[in-house]
Amino acid sequence: MKLLKCPINGTRPISEFVYGGTYRDMPDHEIVTDSEWASYVHYRDNAPGLKKEWWYHGPSGTWFIAERNTLTDEVKDTYLFNKLVEQESVK
Amino acid sequence: MPYKLLKFGFGREFNESRYFEDVQTPKKTYDVVIIGGGGHGLAAAYYLAKEHGITNVAVLERGYIGGGNTGRNTTIVRSNYLTPEGVKFYDASVKLFEGLSEELDLNMFYSTRGHFTLAHTDSSMRTMRWRAEVNKHVGVDSRVVGRDEIAKACPQMDLDCSGHAAIKGALYHNPGSVARHDAVAWGYARGAANLGVDIIQMTEVQDIDVRNGKVHGVQTSKGYISTGKVLSAVAGFTPRITKMVDIKTPITIHPLQACVTEPMKPWLDTIIVSGSLHVYVSQSSRGELVMGSSLDPYELHSTRSSFDFVEGLTSHIVDMFPFLSNVKVVRQWAGMADLTPDFAPIMGKTEIEGFYLDAGWGTWGFKATPISGKTMAATIANDKAHDLIHSFRLSRFEDYELTGEKGAASVGH
Ligand SMILES: Cc1cc2nc3c(=O)[nH]c(=O)nc-3n(C[C@H](O)[C@H](O)[C@H](O)COP(=O)(O)OP(=O)(O)OC[C@H]3O[C@@H](n4cnc5c(N)ncnc54)[C@H](O)[C@@H]3O)c2cc1C
Repeated sequence: MKLLKCPINGTRPISEFVYGGTYRDMPDHEIVTDSEWASYVHYRDNAPGLKKEWWYHGPSGTWFIAERNTLTDEVKDTYLFNKLVEQESVK
Repeated sequence: MPYKLLKFGFGREFNESRYFEDVQTPKKTYDVVIIGGGGHGLAAAYYLAKEHGITNVAVLERGYIGGGNTGRNTTIVRSNYLTPEGVKFYDASVKLFEGLSEELDLNMFYSTRGHFTLAHTDSSMRTMRWRAEVNKHVGVDSRVVGRDEIAKACPQMDLDCSGHAAIKGALYHNPGSVARHDAVAWGYARGAANLGVDIIQMTEVQDIDVRNGKVHGVQTSKGYISTGKVLSAVAGFTPRITKMVDIKTPITIHPLQACVTEPMKPWLDTIIVSGSLHVYVSQSSRGELVMGSSLDPYELHSTRSSFDFVEGLTSHIVDMFPFLSNVKVVRQWAGMADLTPDFAPIMGKTEIEGFYLDAGWGTWGFKATPISGKTMAATIANDKAHDLIHSFRLSRFEDYELTGEKGAASVGH
């Protein structure tokens, strides 16, 4: 991957972007158990595959989601966070 | 000097035999199956056979032995870490490395060069002092030195790094060494095979048979093998193996790259590391500069290398050694580094009976090859974590008892 598509600014060189880690749902800390919380803090879905990830476009300050295959480095799609929220609420 | 080499040199016949028998078909059952024929897996097999008399052992390797990170690293061996548990562990490894050519009767080209970790800022000077004090406390030869001593050991270096990252001092570690990584894998493989271990290459573990929380066997590309004990020593492949047994870990995989220059006359005697400039460099016995940098910036399960890496690395190397600007990089490659959040390994037993983990070796695991083999062998033989690795257990994350190694290893090496 040498280029990445920012949902706002279009395709830009990868050097303009910062990786923000895999997207994860935070458990509700009012009801979560200690071990679920530890698992959220430390453990990762770390086997290779298609992942939803946070990425940041530095020059414009845009955080967004990329769907990327961590084995082949192919990006399937990039979009702003609210699209992810819409998708999840449909499910 | 290994006696065998001496005898070979004076001999009249030069018919060197194979290192170990090329076992093609695994047996139906083993006492212990080791996944991964890197240095760690092979060393564990060797010490299981040698120190615990457990010889009905198979090492299964999906490619060829030493083809993973063992054959891709920049071979720096040192013990000047930050936490007492880390320093003790790596110091035990350095001591084993010092005697390894004799132990395995194979020349490891173990070459003690001295190791400078450069400090370019006041805050890194502070960390160097901290590390030096912890090291001395544990009995490891390590001290903070000034610019004059660095200049004496390496007069070719521009101590002001082209003016924008002037060096203030360094942590100097006399035992810092380099070794021949392939020999480490081959030596342990031959040693283990001579004691009866089967080393089976081109054989991939595809699934692990766990029933009622207990290991019963492994499914491989060459059929099912039954066993009660499995050691996973697969470095960058760890997440794929832990997924088979449904164990969660904090490991993330990032490529780590390295490169070498064309060979030149010997001029660099020591090992030089700069965290601020993200470079480390030593000169190999062939005359090439062996150079590495920081990790690739995002998760990727691949050994592809990139131009960004060479570009970034060489610009910093030229800051330190302006006269290298005409020297050519001739080879570059990458390995998959298995990183942990606290920069310490994950070793020992797991919640699954008979499943042992040796992982989380990131950018720092080559130096640990002998001691990890020894301590994992003891852990498997006694089904109880060896004292030296207690603080590296997987459950430390749930217990919020992380080690504080970050300051010493995040640069790599
Ligand atoms: C560029 C680079 C530079 C480094 N520099 C240093 C350094 O200077 N000093 C230092 O101490 N450390 C360094 N390291 C780290 C060090 O190389 C590793 O931590 C160490 O070699 C890990 O050894 P290992 O035996 O655990 O793993 P590996 O050598 O990676 O062996 C694992 C083996 O498991 C096999 N395998 C995987 N999955 C399966 C399966 N399903 N079935 C069968 N076999 C399987 C793989 O093919 C591989 O051969 C560096 C790493 C890299 C990439």
